[in-house]
This record gives sequence, structure tokens and C-alpha cells, in this order.
Amino acid sequence: MSRLYEVMFIVRPDMAEEDVDKLITGFTTTVTNGGGVVKSVEKMGRRKLAYLVRKFNDGNYVLLTIEAGGPVVLELERRLRVTEPVIKFITVRMDEEEKRLAKLKALRGTRRKVSAEPAAQEAAAPAEASEPAQASA
Amino acid sequence: MADETHAKAPESGATGSQQAPSGPGSGPRPGGGRPGGGPGGRGKFFRRKKVCKFCTEKIDAIPYRDVRLLQQFVAERGKIVPRRLTGVCTTHQRRLTRAIKQARNIALLPFATRH
Repeated sequence: MSRLYEVMFIVRPDMAEEDVDKLITGFTTTVTNGGGVVKSVEKMGRRKLAYLVRKFNDGNYVLLTIEAGGPVVLELERRLRVTEPVIKFITVRMDEEEKRLAKLKALRGTRRKVSAEPAAQEAAAPAEASEPAQASA
Repeated sequence: MADETHAKAPESGATGSQQAPSGPGSGPRPGGGRPGGGPGGRGKFFRRKKVCKFCTEKIDAIPYRDVRLLQQFVAERGKIVPRRLTGVCTTHQRRLTRAIKQARNIALLPFATRH
């Protein structure tokens, strides 16, 4: 059962760029070894943290998008927890959301004209309702 | 009095029996207010209808990574702003809440402001 996940983690700010790259390749290999696929790796760069994390004020954000099963994610999370330079991480399941978005998009494509009509009718309705009262008064 | 009874008849015919019980007491008020006030008088008595930002701008996804977007719905102290203040619809508030909580977890948004 393969699902789409987003794994975002923060590397401590005093790590060199090469070391971060090394870390990332380490994580990608754990994913691929477990039978998962790394869809994309995005280094979001250095950002200020909203609160102190392990006495760090900022961190290097990295975003991995992977397609893998539960055990792979479990292993990856275990590794993230063990890896000392990673100060925080979060895994978010995206496939349901993706599905919903695709559905919405399809709906938007077919329904564009229909959605314009009810709005016009609604606008007309209150005007009609107020008219008789005014006419009689 | 004659005016009022005249005004009532078409109204009850158009909108059904729902207005009939409250008719005698509230009848004169809308009749008196509407012709004079019209659209201009509305602003004084009714608050502007808030609309869901996500519905009107057709923002489908509320990603936890979009700090700019989420920050609009977080109060100064880091609280999630309630729906009744922002006008966000129920569905989107739910998603928004989840996104904000995820963003807090990864230190993109504060749980509470410092100090």
C-alpha cells in the first residue's frame, strides 16, 4: 500500500551545506531501500523558527515528497528521530488531499457555467421579494 | 392602518406562512424602513456579510507550508481566529485549523508569542 507523504524536517542551522546534502541522500536511500519512491526534494533554506527548538532560533528546512508504504515511513521517522542534526520533523499524508483536489478540479471544469447561474438567481430573488411590498405601499 | 393591511397581504402571499405569526408586531418596521433606507440604510443596521476567503478566491488547498496564508487567520498571540470573526466557512475553517496546527508543529507558526 503505497501512499503519498510529505516529510518536512529541520536541520540545525550550524550544519554545513554539504552535510545537509549528505543527510538528505541518506534519507532518500532509506526510502528507496524500503521500496518507496522519492518524488521530490526541496530545500526550503534557512528560516527563522517561530519558537525555540533545542535552543536554536532558526533552522534549515527540507521537504521530501515520497511515495511509500507505512513501514517505510516508520523507518524514516525512526531515523529522523535518531539523527542528531535533525531538530524537528513532521510527516503529513497527502494522497487523500490530492485526490480531493483532483476531484474538485474536475468539478470546476465541468461546472463553471452552472455555478454562475445560481448566483444571478440569488441576486434576483431578494429584489423580487421587496418589490411587492414597495409597490403596495 | 389601512396602508399596513395592504402591505401585509402581498408579503404573506409571496413568502408563505412563516412571516404570519410575527406579522402584527414587526409589520410596520420593515415597511417603514425599506422604502426610505433601501440599500443605503442597510449599512447602519446590518453588518456587512462576511464571506469565506477560500470560497470566493477559490483556494482549494490550504497547505501548512503557506505561512503567509495561515498568518492571516492567526491572532497576535498566536491563537486561531474564530470563524465568526473571519467569516470563513465551516469546511475551510476545519482545514485551516488543521493546517495551522501542522505549521505550529514544524515551527512555522508559533504556539504562543514569545515572552
